[in-house]
Amino acid sequence: MGLFDRFRKGLEKSRAAMADRLLSVFRGRKLDDSVFDEMEETLILSDVGVDTAAELVEAIRREARRRRIERAEDLPDVMVDVMVELLGPPAPMVENPDGPTVVLVVGVNGAGKTTTIGKLAHAYKSQGKRVILAAADTFRAAAIEQLMVWGERVGVDVVRQAQGSDPAAVVYDAIQAAKARRCDLVICDTAGRLQNKAHLMNELAKIRKVAERELPGAPHEVLLVIDGTTGQNGLVQARVFKEVVRVTGIVVTKLDGTAKGGIVFPIVREEGIPVKWIGLGEGMDDLQPFDPRMFAEAICRPETRV
Amino acid sequence: MFESLSNNLQAVFQRLRGRGRLTEADVDEAMREIRRALLAADVNVKVVRDFVDRVRARAVGQDVLKSLTPGQQVVKIVYEELTELMGGSQARIRMAPKPPTVVMLVGLQGAGKTTTAAKLALAFRQQNHRPLLVAADVYRPAAVDQLKVLGAQIDVPVFSLDGAGAVEIAEAGLGDAARRGADIVIVDTAGRLHIDDALMAELESMKKVLQPQEILLVVDAMTGQDAVHVAEAFHARLEVTGVILTKLDGDARGGAALTVRAVTGCPIKFVGVGEKIEPLEPFHPERMASRILGMGDVLSLIERAQERIDLEKAKEMEARMRSANFTLDDFQEMFRQVRNLGPLDQILKMLPGMNRVKGLENLDLNDRRFRRLEAIISSMTPEERRDPGILNASRRRRIANGSGTTVRDVNQLINQFEQVREMMKRLTGGGKRVGRRQAMNALRAMGGVPGLTGPGLPSFGGADAGPPRERVHRKKKKK
Ligand SMILES: Nc1nc2c(ncn2[C@@H]2O[C@H](COP(=O)(O)OP(=O)(O)OP(=O)(O)O)[C@@H](O)[C@H]2O)c(=O)[nH]1
Ligand SMILES: Nc1nc2c(ncn2[C@@H]2O[C@H](COP(=O)(O)OP(=O)(O)O)[C@@H](O)[C@H]2O)c(=O)[nH]1
Ligand SMILES: [Mg+2]
Ligand SMILES: [Mg+2]
Repeated sequence: MGLFDRFRKGLEKSRAAMADRLLSVFRGRKLDDSVFDEMEETLILSDVGVDTAAELVEAIRREARRRRIERAEDLPDVMVDVMVELLGPPAPMVENPDGPTVVLVVGVNGAGKTTTIGKLAHAYKSQGKRVILAAADTFRAAAIEQLMVWGERVGVDVVRQAQGSDPAAVVYDAIQAAKARRCDLVICDTAGRLQNKAHLMNELAKIRKVAERELPGAPHEVLLVIDGTTGQNGLVQARVFKEVVRVTGIVVTKLDGTAKGGIVFPIVREEGIPVKWIGLGEGMDDLQPFDPRMFAEAICRPETRV
Repeated sequence: MFESLSNNLQAVFQRLRGRGRLTEADVDEAMREIRRALLAADVNVKVVRDFVDRVRARAVGQDVLKSLTPGQQVVKIVYEELTELMGGSQARIRMAPKPPTVVMLVGLQGAGKTTTAAKLALAFRQQNHRPLLVAADVYRPAAVDQLKVLGAQIDVPVFSLDGAGAVEIAEAGLGDAARRGADIVIVDTAGRLHIDDALMAELESMKKVLQPQEILLVVDAMTGQDAVHVAEAFHARLEVTGVILTKLDGDARGGAALTVRAVTGCPIKFVGVGEKIEPLEPFHPERMASRILGMGDVLSLIERAQERIDLEKAKEMEARMRSANFTLDDFQEMFRQVRNLGPLDQILKMLPGMNRVKGLENLDLNDRRFRRLEAIISSMTPEERRDPGILNASRRRRIANGSGTTVRDVNQLINQFEQVREMMKRLTGGGKRVGRRQAMNALRAMGGVPGLTGPGLPSFGGADAGPPRERVHRKKKKK
């Protein structure tokens, strides 16, 4: 079963799967306001948020009119296209051509950062890249051990210090090690932090600064991990983390459940940060580059196979 | 958010003012605003629908239009309904008649179960119980280590069993508790998706073995619409007995609290407000209601305002102002009241008519300016306060000296007072509508009490008592 099938399977189980509703509720109906109202509601049910849902529906309505669509059953096509347009083209990871690429992984508590790092390390290692991990979550109990388990699983080294030490120093060490060992990729785990805690956000800014100083152009990617179950606070997370550490991409995790991760729509729309990966499980293979069309298809048409 | 709900409601009702009766359509419009606010807080769509119906019933039954501020009145109904719905909180754990009491923590991945387990254990230990933590998360890397570290931190033993399955660990954990004489057993479980059939079945087996007094569903306050599926599934399989809401130290509005409560009917027993292991805090439904509405302290502000600025008093004041009996004493009193109530812009918006004036958010009366105003008025004699007309140049000089300000400050204050009096007259005067610009000027004058605007400003005493512009810019210059 492909990864997207897993996403789709989760959605199928969710009684609110959009296409189900769209198809059953709209079957045989003309395109009137009530159809679009229901569409708006299903979007809100996917955590798209009130404003973005309204905007999406407006765009879908316009496009449906332009294409002279008359039956509600034909709406999913339009929905997919409009969503794809909003999400933008797939955004590849930035790579450093001359030296190690530094990836900083940030996010709120429990979002899935460490697991995502394990998966990323696995993905890049499978491509023949030399990967090193930095255990810069020096705060949470057993966070370093957690990353080390992943390092062993995947077969990559983990640079670490004792719990409670300065996370920026760990990142510094890791970059030095990557240079010395000619690694292609350094992925830095950080402690989960809520974006309204100024001191913790300052700490993150400092970590970034150290990376900048140790390697020109670093960090090449700053990935914000967002739990796919997150509601409207996800937008606040994106805004604040972007402000503090210049986030370059979003990773949406836990999409193997029934949550649809609709919060990425307002994030892309308002913060302009592209989605780069999605997480679909706890295993090391459960990570997928974000494909806007597949994502939109999976949300709007969970029952069809792509 | 308060802005949006409260102001939008106020705007809705403002249009209805003078019409006397609420029509169905009027109520619908107000309800749409409420729906919007709740959805923005992540309350589930279906839960919102039921909730709005309740509020509608009350709003129609109660003639909100008769009140001074119908918008606020509806906000208050919403608030009360929310509080009631989430209420009945029991910040306690059901204890077994014969120890040990067994508590199971369940929930999605990353919700905060392990942290919560440690916090619960700490609370019990502080109450002289003998808790035991059982590490039954056999899936997440280093999950057992995590609990062991936390247990050591709070000096609570942690039971674990390498290589065993979760059910086996649960069983052995009970045996260990008996051996140690632990009277509370707190079982940390692995996070799992509610649609993961095998793992949900595992929890059922654990429940059978443990016979827990409590099965607490741990829910992240940031959860969105999906909270409904999560709560339904966990409740259907395990009959959850309570909910713990975590990460409330963040800035999420936490509408999931209402969703989960509505779906399971289970009380929210505790909330987690930090990563550090501190005892869990009890859940306060009224605080959660304010939070969901994004109102913070503003709700108590409404209540205070309603206590103080009730219709009778407002009418009295109005009459005083119209009869030109509005004195500097009243002026000072007005500011004092406002200061007691909270942020000026929000208070003003609650006053009838004021919410129509755009640009209030730029008003920023800080305490320093209040103190200055107080100082100047306090340096006046009672007659001067009653009748500012007698304030000649020498009196003004004396007041300036007495209050540590300048004559110019005193002049400004008096001019502002005149303007406010004028505005009040018009604003409350029957029929004659005050232009928005005039109102704004007068309001800005209020905002421009001495000390804020600083010396280099055109005095309000001039023919054109225009509003101070570019306040920020000017502030910079002052330095
Ligand atoms: N089902 C599912 N679970 C996930 C996914 N990603 C992470 N998890 C789980 O979510 C929980 C939290 O993941 P972590 O990787 O520890 O999250 P984190 O952001 O590093 O957490 P902190 O470091 O504690 O802030 C773990 O139980 C993971 O196994 C995913 O895509 N799907
Ligand atoms: N800020 C904050 N973080 C919390 C809270 N509760 C748990 N966490 C953090 O959320 C993450 C996941 O928590 P954990 O207890 O491991 O979750 P579990 O996977 O459900 O066991 C960890 O980083 C915790 O430190 C809370 O109330 N506030
Ligand atoms: Mg982590
Ligand atoms: Mg745990």
